[in-house]
Amino acid sequence: MRYITPRKAAMGLGSAHSGTADHWFLTVSSCALVLLVPAFMLVIGNAIGLSHPELVAYFGRPYPALITALFIVVGMAHFIRGTRIMIDDYFQHTARKVAIIVSVVFSWAVIAAAVFALAKMTLVTVAI
Amino acid sequence: MADVNRGNRPLSPHLQVYRLPMAAVTSIMTRITGHALVAGILLLVWWLVAAVSGPRAFAAADWVVRSWIGFIVLTGSAWALWFHTLAGIRHLFYDSGQLLRIEEAERASWAIIIGSVVLTLLSLILFFFA
Repeated sequence: MRYITPRKAAMGLGSAHSGTADHWFLTVSSCALVLLVPAFMLVIGNAIGLSHPELVAYFGRPYPALITALFIVVGMAHFIRGTRIMIDDYFQHTARKVAIIVSVVFSWAVIAAAVFALAKMTLVTVAI
Repeated sequence: MADVNRGNRPLSPHLQVYRLPMAAVTSIMTRITGHALVAGILLLVWWLVAAVSGPRAFAAADWVVRSWIGFIVLTGSAWALWFHTLAGIRHLFYDSGQLLRIEEAERASWAIIIGSVVLTLLSLILFFFA
């Protein structure tokens, strides 16, 4: 016999106390990435081999800039949750905490660097 | 301990002699490709930041991107990205309760392996000849 009602069981959101939020985030972001992956590969494929001024002008255009920014922001947010699952599997105690912190900080640094570079290239093109 | 049939019972699989099913192999590969993609994204973000840092920084990053090192990293990343994408699509099917029978999972595993190689070759053909 169960001593708690289904409502009470759902209220605690499981042993993680955050329910299936990470799993749902990975599901939503993976659907977005299915569309972003081919688009991003086309954008990068067209960019490799351009001269420096051509490259800056290329990423100043809306489509290459938006696809690249979306891929890196959504991709690294997906990466944070993905590495978290790996870290939870292989690391314990302090090592686990350190690994999670490194993963999150690193991912946001990558996002910031990419967004900064894209923003600067967009503004340079507008200024011309 | 009076077990006369000790040698004739099914044993639990031993990792050194157990042939992993293809679904297990592709599952492990999904995790490895997802994490290995960090190399490709680092190279590309370094290249983008270098492009707004100055001509000398860009020349260095662009040389690496267009060298044989860049070719290996980016081709490997393209394959890893296609593999991880196809495996991720299979996870969406898994979550909806499909492809869970052993033969289906086995077939989907081969589809992911062959599909990722074909898509990588197509990407390279598109890159060099289009």
